[in-house]
Amino acid sequence: MLELKNVSFTVTDENGGLKTIADDISLTVGDNKFVVITGPNGSGKSTLARLIMGIEQPTGGQILFNGRDITHASVTERANAGISFAFQQPVRFKGLNVLDLLRIASGKELTVSEACMYLSSVGLCAKDYINREVNASLSGGELKRIEIAMILARGTLLSIFDEPEAGIDLWSFSNLINVFEDMRKNIHGSILIISHQERILNIADEIIVIDSGHIAKQGPKEDILPGILGTTAAMIMCDGAKGGSGK
Amino acid sequence: MIDKVSQHILEEVADIHETPVGAYNFRVNSESAGRNTTANIDIISKTDKPGIDVKIKPGSVNETVHFNVVLSESGFKENIYNDFYVGEDSDVVIVAGCGIHNCGDQDSEHDGIHRFFIGKNAKMKYIEKHYGEGDGNGKRILNPVTEIYMEEGAVAELEMVQIKGVDSTKRTTLAKLDANAKLVVRERLMTHGTQYALSEYTVEMNGEGSSADVVSRSVAREKSTQDYRSKVIGNAACSGHTECDAIIMDQAHVYATPELDANNIDAQLIHEAAIGKIAGEQLTKLMTLGLTEAEAEEQIINGFLK
Repeated sequence: MLELKNVSFTVTDENGGLKTIADDISLTVGDNKFVVITGPNGSGKSTLARLIMGIEQPTGGQILFNGRDITHASVTERANAGISFAFQQPVRFKGLNVLDLLRIASGKELTVSEACMYLSSVGLCAKDYINREVNASLSGGELKRIEIAMILARGTLLSIFDEPEAGIDLWSFSNLINVFEDMRKNIHGSILIISHQERILNIADEIIVIDSGHIAKQGPKEDILPGILGTTAAMIMCDGAKGGSGK
Repeated sequence: MIDKVSQHILEEVADIHETPVGAYNFRVNSESAGRNTTANIDIISKTDKPGIDVKIKPGSVNETVHFNVVLSESGFKENIYNDFYVGEDSDVVIVAGCGIHNCGDQDSEHDGIHRFFIGKNAKMKYIEKHYGEGDGNGKRILNPVTEIYMEEGAVAELEMVQIKGVDSTKRTTLAKLDANAKLVVRERLMTHGTQYALSEYTVEMNGEGSSADVVSRSVAREKSTQDYRSKVIGNAACSGHTECDAIIMDQAHVYATPELDANNIDAQLIHEAAIGKIAGEQLTKLMTLGLTEAEAEEQIINGFLK
């Protein structure tokens, strides 16, 4: 499904020096797998997700999706090839409403009842939201759930979530876990989540631990999780709900 | 008789595909092209200058007036004076469409002066659409003046739209509100090429309990210039809000001056103004949903001006 071969990403810092955010990363996300990437704040997890979506372009290495080299493909090309991306901090739009975004996401003239189904899946009372503008009047938690509803509407081969728990309250968090479990059953694709959350790590097939831009550990949940419990890579809900570094 | 070009313009400015229901007045190249009156709405041509008086009887509810102007011959310039008298307790929709088709080399200009006298507790929704087309070198110029006089408890909602093709526009709007009158203005404007658009609002709240909400959303593309000025004056215990929100693109120029003037200790006035380009993250988000950058830009603009 997805394969990263020796992917690196180096930027120029404010002093003109080179800073490596991702260093020689190789990993594979298999078909229908649920993979969680974890690691301390600032370790390069979000950057890795953005490199996969094409929002950032790697400075070295290769990214393959279903056997096709997408290393230099645009965001649009990757989206149309079957990759979705839920932002850690969802974007607001003046004028576009929830239904507009769900229609764009699904790529078709979604009916109101179909759109409502996606909203209900993320715990939003559909009729209250369908015509709401996706602007500053929505709370962070509401935006986050709408962001996830868009991923459900896309139903692509690979869905990437960058810290989906950030900004979501405790009640929503339980539902979020249900959403991921339902996705596993209903969408025949792979899920890649950037998260610190023990409860999300717990439902993973595989866990990848990133530290300082490198892969520190990688393997089945049963092998990795016991070793990272209690570290900053795997936090209990109350800490994790505050969100990541945003980097 | 309405020809094909005029018919197309009518469709653009008023979504009119056939003869509308209710009262209407069509004017094509300075000549009357159709008029209908109803039991409650009378339309009378002025005798001292070009234009009409529209008289809506008190208590008229669910009535509509369409008035449309089309200029399809190059080089036409006209000044039109239209007065609307909306009777007490009535509830009406007035739709004004003005379109210019200019394929020639001479400028075409339509300057309309519309005055609305809204009676006690009457409600009026006014929808104004401006549109220009044609590939000649002659400019398409529209300079509307709108004056609204609102009696006690009157409500007016104005939707002013100019999305395409008008080279130069100077839009002047003046409103005077008596006690408990309520004015809502929603302006949507898009300029491109080397167009120039001035939009100037002066709202005087003279009566206690009156309120005004004047909001403009605009997109300035290419080398166009927009100048938005709104002045909200509180002369009584009243509440006023004016907002200008513009997306600037390419080499455009946007100038915005919301202005407040309070003459009463209980006047509550607020203004907001924002100018900015389309945020990169908005484009990226829509691209992650499968749109190209150009498609994403169009979606954002269309949503913003919706």
